[in-house]
Amino acid sequence: MAVAFRDGTRVWRRRERAAQFAVWAAWLVGAAVFVACVQLISDKTIWAFVTDAPTQAADLAVRMVPPDWGFIRVLWRPLWDTINIATLGTVLAIIVAIPIAYCAARNTTPSATLVRPLALFVIVSSRSINSLIWALMLVVIVGPGVFAGILAIGLRSIGFCAKLLYEAIEEIDERQVEAVRATGASRAQVTAYGIVPQVLPAFAGMSMFRWDINIRESTVLGLVGAGGLGLPLNAALTSLAWTQVSLILLIIIATVVVSEWVSARVRHAII
Amino acid sequence: MSLAVDAPRRWRKPPFIARAWLRWTLTLGAALYLALALCTTEVSWTRVWQGIPRGMQFVAAFFPPDFASRWGDIVDGIAESIWMTVVATAIGIALAIPVGIGAARNLAPAPVYYVCRAVLAVSRSFQEIILAIFFVKLFGFGPFAGCVTLVVATIGFYGKLLAEDVEDMDPAQAEAVRATGASWLQWINFGVQPQVMPRMIGLALYRFDINFRESAVVGIVGGGGIGATLDTAFLRYEFDSAAAILLVIIGIVMLVEYSSGFVRRWVQ
Repeated sequence: MAVAFRDGTRVWRRRERAAQFAVWAAWLVGAAVFVACVQLISDKTIWAFVTDAPTQAADLAVRMVPPDWGFIRVLWRPLWDTINIATLGTVLAIIVAIPIAYCAARNTTPSATLVRPLALFVIVSSRSINSLIWALMLVVIVGPGVFAGILAIGLRSIGFCAKLLYEAIEEIDERQVEAVRATGASRAQVTAYGIVPQVLPAFAGMSMFRWDINIRESTVLGLVGAGGLGLPLNAALTSLAWTQVSLILLIIIATVVVSEWVSARVRHAII
Repeated sequence: MSLAVDAPRRWRKPPFIARAWLRWTLTLGAALYLALALCTTEVSWTRVWQGIPRGMQFVAAFFPPDFASRWGDIVDGIAESIWMTVVATAIGIALAIPVGIGAARNLAPAPVYYVCRAVLAVSRSFQEIILAIFFVKLFGFGPFAGCVTLVVATIGFYGKLLAEDVEDMDPAQAEAVRATGASWLQWINFGVQPQVMPRMIGLALYRFDINFRESAVVGIVGGGGIGATLDTAFLRYEFDSAAAILLVIIGIVMLVEYSSGFVRRWVQ
């Protein structure tokens, strides 16, 4: 226990002297890095625009109310598309993620030296490229529209689903697998009866969670032409129709809140 | 587990959803939805078919990745992204801590709780890109707008998880510290903080990782960073440079991920 002497009495300290100095040094280095980064950013910022921001915000707020409620007639279809992009994209991702996770988990992979690094690379590259960038590329390949959005959401979600699933597979209770294997089960049977029941609840919960994230992401894919609510949002933004923009934003909030509620309820029921 | 009572007894795998009516409703509903969704999704297969050779050309244009000709721009963009990430993560977490503590039901009084929950809900409900569009409009082009975007996103993410973690803590330990006559701040510092700290450090590193990846897209709408460089490369049809940028992003994300795993183990 770390104790310091003060006026002849022993006083409790949280850390030993050396540990305390190490913590201070870490804070010092962190603060220095932070200040340096702030400095670099502020060099690249036009402060006149920043100080002007409150006026701009007030101006924008005035232009955005009241929302153009009549515009909602046009928005039902993009809303339906957005939900479809998120759902079908998630389904696609789940289908692809299962074999990848199976190959990536240390205890189920067919080959730890060859297949596992490949699967991990697929996971990392899918995760590190944002769905908007995927959409940017896919719009060029398959043309603008919902299909590009579904593929973009799917490709982006594969990494997420596969990562969480393979971590769940690595954390399973080996004794249950052992028990199933001891009955003389084949490899497929071991997977079906020893592994799947252990990871299924976690996997179902995670898929719902990803679906919820995907709803949020699919609202902006339209900005690069991949369908959904982003399409009218982009049109309204470029034509400076701020009352339409505010209506679309309200619809996005409502959709996100509802999807979050649904996903939380389902996850609660599963786990 | 459902056991058939008649001989010969035969074990059947228990269904995932125990209640039969719920299982059938969900299955039918899912099938109906899928049918509807697939029917109403307008996919122009001819366009997709035409797109395959174009896609091939497109992918071919990515190889080999051209690191050399735009190397200066790539380094500038990555550096700007890293500054943005550092600043946004630090400020975002500093702001998220009070909001997160305020949003924990077991620490905060009801009015504070509702205000903080509302702040978290609003900052979480918009995608980073939408926030970025508005911040770019308010603050002008450049990393400042991107930074503000990431700060808001970080508050929503980190504050919510912190609040949930504080709500899940062991009340006995906090109670023990309070019983020594600790003030509110001492109580938070010695009773609550040590319980949530390991997970929170891990999450801070995770958010750093997310912020770096997001900084690659806020640039597309004018928020500075590597995203601006990437967007320019796409607009100029310099796909080989774009491939180089994507590979650099993947590399850095992998690096951050490995080092964050290392730091997390060191903390625990």
